Amino acid sequence: MSLIERYRLRVERQRARLRFMRKSRQLRRVANRTGNIGKDDILLFSVLRNERIRLPYFLEYYRKLGINHFLMVDNGSDDGSREYLSEQPDVSLWTTSHGYKQARFGVDWLNALQFRYGCDHWNLVVDVDEFLVYPFCDSRPLRALTDWLDASNVRSFGAMLLDMYPKGPINAVEYREGQDPFEIAEYFDAGNYVISHNPKYRNLWIQGGVRARVFFPNAPKKAPALNKIPLVKWNRRYVYISSTHMLLPRGLNLVYDESGGEKTSGCLLHAKFLHTLSDKTEEELKRRQHYGNSREYRAYKEQLEDSPVLWCKWSEKYINWRQLEILGLMSKGNWV
Amino acid sequence: MSVGFILLAHQNLDRAAQVSGYWAQNDLPVVLHIDAKAEQREFDDLKASLAKFSNVRYAPRRNCGWGEFSIVAATLDAARLMLDEFPEVNHVFLASGSCLPLRPAAELRDYLAERPETDFIESVTTEEVTWTVGGLDLERFTLHFPFSWKRHRRLFDRFVDLQRRVGYSRHIPEGVEPHLGSQWWCLTRKTLAAILDDPQRQEYDRYFSRVWIPDESYFQSLVRKHSTNIESRSLTFSRFDNQGKPHVFYDDHLQLLQKSDCFVARKIWPHANLLYRRFLGNEMKALARIEPNPRKLDKVFVQANLRRTRGRAGRRMQSRFPMHDLWAIQKTCAPYSVFEGFTDLFSNFQTWLEKRTGARVHGHLFGKRGAEFVDGAEVYAGCLSSSAKLRDYNPRAFLENLLWNTQGEYQCFQFGPADRQAIGNFLASDQNARIHVITGAWAVPLFHSNMEFGRIRRVAARYQAIEAAHVEKLRSPHTRAQVKLWTLAEFVENPMPVLQTVLNGIDPGASRKLTEVPRLVDLQGFGRFVQKLKNEGMNPHSVGDFPLDDIPGAKTPRIKPYAIS
Repeated sequence: MSLIERYRLRVERQRARLRFMRKSRQLRRVANRTGNIGKDDILLFSVLRNERIRLPYFLEYYRKLGINHFLMVDNGSDDGSREYLSEQPDVSLWTTSHGYKQARFGVDWLNALQFRYGCDHWNLVVDVDEFLVYPFCDSRPLRALTDWLDASNVRSFGAMLLDMYPKGPINAVEYREGQDPFEIAEYFDAGNYVISHNPKYRNLWIQGGVRARVFFPNAPKKAPALNKIPLVKWNRRYVYISSTHMLLPRGLNLVYDESGGEKTSGCLLHAKFLHTLSDKTEEELKRRQHYGNSREYRAYKEQLEDSPVLWCKWSEKYINWRQLEILGLMSKGNWV
Repeated sequence: MSVGFILLAHQNLDRAAQVSGYWAQNDLPVVLHIDAKAEQREFDDLKASLAKFSNVRYAPRRNCGWGEFSIVAATLDAARLMLDEFPEVNHVFLASGSCLPLRPAAELRDYLAERPETDFIESVTTEEVTWTVGGLDLERFTLHFPFSWKRHRRLFDRFVDLQRRVGYSRHIPEGVEPHLGSQWWCLTRKTLAAILDDPQRQEYDRYFSRVWIPDESYFQSLVRKHSTNIESRSLTFSRFDNQGKPHVFYDDHLQLLQKSDCFVARKIWPHANLLYRRFLGNEMKALARIEPNPRKLDKVFVQANLRRTRGRAGRRMQSRFPMHDLWAIQKTCAPYSVFEGFTDLFSNFQTWLEKRTGARVHGHLFGKRGAEFVDGAEVYAGCLSSSAKLRDYNPRAFLENLLWNTQGEYQCFQFGPADRQAIGNFLASDQNARIHVITGAWAVPLFHSNMEFGRIRRVAARYQAIEAAHVEKLRSPHTRAQVKLWTLAEFVENPMPVLQTVLNGIDPGASRKLTEVPRLVDLQGFGRFVQKLKNEGMNPHSVGDFPLDDIPGAKTPRIKPYAIS
């Protein structure tokens, strides 16, 4: 790596820091229970807007996994999400009505909170429709994983986004509050992902899956990125620079092995394709606050009008993490 | 006769207390060494919880660092205390705070009582050692290591290099035969006392205080001087990963640990409540006289280490992405066959091949209008789309995915100059590719077409140029694919051996007789057609030497297909 390149990345990181420090002023405290955070606690960070119906299951899922404290940013919800979260004993909540897009899709807000509260803790950064699975997650809590990562001197853990969808039309079954969304959206695309390497940040860029197959068959380059690094042992020098797709310093993006071996990795099951997507699409298109001029939501809108079926006869029905491991979507690495 | 435990602990003292309590309660004396870095409050709690046992002692607390002599010194202190305080102890078992007994204490006592003279310690000569990380074995004994391997890796490495270069070597004291082995042993009183009371002990201690990771070599070497009955194995079940770090056991390892029949296992995750409850409870199942047998579980650990270092061949995914092809020797996960020109010559080649071999025979997977999956499927295994744009976005990933998604089924597909050529380089470089080419076969559909001849002439020139570039790649010395090339003329002259080669290529073991052959298209007048192309100023060299008359072959001698691989 040339000195100039190194210097440029450093400047970029410093600018990202200045930026999140500036944006942190947009956050207004609703409930700050961070005093309860213990020394080795595992923290979850999330930004949301109008996700009230999803919250009970989301909190239940991650509490069971072993998250000790939730630090959340509410971006102007008006469906009761804010009130619901502020009553939870293990949630600290901030709110803002400023632009999601201008805060680089929420990354700036979360970077600020992580800088302030997340250092020397394992931080999990997910959306409320993303559910982490990792090797042995049905028999070992998240702490088993983070302890093992600590012992292996690993600071970041990759988990690819896996889009889940129902068998019938998206609108056919209504998601009920508190329900496991994967009772409805129980299928996924198992083997149509493409990966390229980004030499600048050394991260992998993964695309494909059902979103490329159904919504972007004629513009694959525009299909959303699925590579994610949601779990990081946070340090004050770290910043996320594009959602949770990549970080600086870029060594954190090396969640893959370059010489033929497999590092341990997980998946983020993505419960986006539920009946709630139609309303969400309407709302997001009005707000125009999403990546690439919300082209993703524009693509959904075109398709959603004729109530699409994402399922095909090759769709795989989700069973457990072992299935994802065998399919080669994630790996145990040398964790036994 | 009894067994005494020395327990070295530095964190999670509550678990250390629990395990010590289990042994003490079963009349096995315990001497604990708690690292000086552990918090005083935790130490006090531990002492309080063990206060009810009269057979627990505490060695003076030292500050222990990884790979430092202080660990050996602490062990020696504790051993002294054990031998002096508990005269009934005949075997001393060294364990750590993250160890867990897997079998009832009485069984261990009986087992050792039956072997009163045996020292259980893994002790291997430096020449035989295979597990050392960084390749340091004998050099652990002959070099100096003033820099920490964990904190100052670069300095450590540089200093080792320097000493190697100048040929420096420390003097090994007399009586020390360099041996290495697991830190966790079980020695007899006699041997341990001999080591402790060795007249040269001061010299040895001084020497070993400069040896790298002495806890894996001090007792392992000195035991060779004093013991007459060494069983070179550890009674503690422990496995290391490729980074030299012990594998950790969790609740879901319960059955695995039970199957090991070992007395003690390391290392246990401190929050593995089920393991602690089961193995320290009263329900521990008695195995009587079964020998410990950790080997039968090794498969699990060997596989895990292989997964981490070698991975699954042919799979590129979020945590395996070989960057240099040198390392990724195997690019795809299974062999497959590519046929170029065969469907132009046989009207039912695909169905014939599928019927004869049971393989999946696709059409032109890289056709311009999209991937022609078998039976014209729009989506295929793994939800792979036939969309040309999606495929062409990353053709290599498309092919890798197809092969990965259809493991257990042999894949074949057609390829030709009318297809997207981007995959060509990859095919040539993949050792799993078996490529059969009949050059010039693309001329046959042109011959049958009703296109105006001027246009045919232009298309033919383009196809020939594309094919020539492709064939040149296949003939390159860097090609790793198995390639078989025939010109159209060679093929038409004697097609049977070619078809036989095709069948053998898919399943080399089975000798399939050519009982049924695919239907060759009508070639009446093709020689004339080729001549016409020549007359128009084109040189259709890839077709080969096609005779002008319409009954090819009968008199001319056979030309053998040649192979490049």
